[in-house]
Amino acid sequence: MTYSPRFKRWLIMMFVSVLMAVLVLLLSIMLGERSIPPLDAIRTLLGLDDQGEYRYTILTLRFPRALVGFLAGGGLALAGVILQAITRNPLASPGVLGLNSGAAAAAVAIIVLVPSFPMSQLPLVAFGGAVIAATLIYTLSWNKGSSPVRLLLVGIGISAMAGALITYLLTAGGIFRVTQASIWMAGSLYGRTWEHVFPLLFWLAVLFPITLILSRHLDVLQFEDNTSTGLGVRLERMRVFCLLVSVALAGAAVSMAGTIGFVGLMAPHICRPLIGGRSKWLLPAAMITGGLLVMTADLLGRTLFTPYEIPVGIMTAIIGAPYMVYLLLRR
Amino acid sequence: MKLRLKGLVILLILVAAAFVLNMCLGLSRIDAKDVLQAFTAFDGSREHLIVRSVRLPRALIAMMVGCALALAGGIMQALTRNALAGPEIFGVNYGAALAAVTASFLLGFSSLKLFAWSAFAGSALVGGAIFALVSLGRGRMTPAKLVLAGATINLLLASITQGILIVHQQSLDTMRFWLAGSLTGRDLDLFIQVLPYLLAGLLGALAMGKQIDLLSLGDETARGLGQKIALTKTIMIILVILLTGSSVAIAGPIGFIGLAVPHIAKYFTGSDYRWILPYSAGLGALILLLTDIGARYVLPSQEIPVGVVTAFLGAPVLIYIAQRRGGLK
Repeated sequence: MTYSPRFKRWLIMMFVSVLMAVLVLLLSIMLGERSIPPLDAIRTLLGLDDQGEYRYTILTLRFPRALVGFLAGGGLALAGVILQAITRNPLASPGVLGLNSGAAAAAVAIIVLVPSFPMSQLPLVAFGGAVIAATLIYTLSWNKGSSPVRLLLVGIGISAMAGALITYLLTAGGIFRVTQASIWMAGSLYGRTWEHVFPLLFWLAVLFPITLILSRHLDVLQFEDNTSTGLGVRLERMRVFCLLVSVALAGAAVSMAGTIGFVGLMAPHICRPLIGGRSKWLLPAAMITGGLLVMTADLLGRTLFTPYEIPVGIMTAIIGAPYMVYLLLRR
Repeated sequence: MKLRLKGLVILLILVAAAFVLNMCLGLSRIDAKDVLQAFTAFDGSREHLIVRSVRLPRALIAMMVGCALALAGGIMQALTRNALAGPEIFGVNYGAALAAVTASFLLGFSSLKLFAWSAFAGSALVGGAIFALVSLGRGRMTPAKLVLAGATINLLLASITQGILIVHQQSLDTMRFWLAGSLTGRDLDLFIQVLPYLLAGLLGALAMGKQIDLLSLGDETARGLGQKIALTKTIMIILVILLTGSSVAIAGPIGFIGLAVPHIAKYFTGSDYRWILPYSAGLGALILLLTDIGARYVLPSQEIPVGVVTAFLGAPVLIYIAQRRGGLK
């Protein structure tokens, strides 16, 4: 059996990135305030060490945290691939388009205005915010059909308004709530446990196959509107559906991990030159890459400047920015 | 020609009216007569004190900052030939915020003066650099690309600012009001210190109207008509830095005046920048004065920072432009 060179490259890339992800996961479990030797870490992780002294540190603290990071990154990366396809703009991402700030505005409003609101319900609120933002963006960019450029510009406008709302809320609330809100906004994986892992895993498990089914349509949506219609795609319906899927992905990620920027932008860009732009190949590769990025960023954020912990959202911004500048200069 | 001149005179009258109104209205309402007497026959009464020490600085700042931001937006749109250029797109506000937060973090104290000058430096650095990059480069960015690039850079600056605020929590409490771009509690002394830079930018921009108009026609045309392009562009970048830097230093980050107002001006004047710029200046002053009044009445018990209100009014303008021009290719 012969494979095309592109498929071979894809296989290699998947293999390497999965390997790296496992490696970073292992490092995330080992490193921290108290370092754990690799062998003990693996034994504890695999459950071979029932009475082990590291059980709590690994199974309750570090492992779920790393998993949440990986899943959130994967979700954001998938959302990024979809958004870049439907806006036909390689610089689109959930952050730029305003999904993140919609989610953040809703969450901050609840944190500041309803002090008794249980933090565990926050994800639902954030998710609602992302959905509202997406609905606004889509309906406002409607002008006898939606256009990718309009979608993008309206998204930036909505994002600015959400930002203004956040600014106002931050001046209106008491300083304690405001501090809490701003930490949440920075995108932190601090204190993430299994109750964050499972909802995220569920969403990804449902949505990832859907994105794969959509991949052929995503490729078609990247052509000009006329071409796509000619190819028999029901353009508008498809665009709405893709947008919905990406909102669900980004919303789930943001609600569990706070606003983590630049991952949805970076992950597809890292993969595209290596394996090409076909969505079928790009989606899984971008997902692993996105997860790897967030896990690595979180690992660096919590180990580089101990005792300070830099929230993962800020780490991804610091890593993502030079990359973004590079993309801008290259064009 | 006559008509546009008349319009400008009417605009100036409106600005004057809004200026007086801005001093009259508020939590304690003061008659226009009392406002006038506070200057002609000051008697030390509570009303007169409020007018002289609170209302007057605030109205002055609103007027000048509105002028400056709108002019800066106009120049940016002319030079980049880009309908969606504006100070906020070029990272001026977030650059200022980052600089102010960094300065108070590194130096360990915070005062309005420190915020003002570091914000001036930050906005000049970020805004000037991006503006120069966009306008001096050979390739021309489409409006959508420009906005996207701006949004991304703003996102980055905002995250770094947020990071510093988290590590350095006590500055969050003092900074959050400054960061909202409010006209309350601004310092008149500071305003006077910054004023020369602002006026230099203002007068320079109005004097350069003809050159700016030529340049807005395209590099080739302007060169053909005998303009020294590099020199003009450099002067324009300096003007923009003066205008945006000084307004951020005085009032903190106030968004969307610079992006939206030149479009409103164009609606009245057509595409001649010799008229767009003075109209923008007048309209910018008018709109910020009125917005500042409105910000006192949105919520019953408290004031909303004017920067929040301008964003809520200005973002729809961005959306409207995107709607009207369709693809904006």
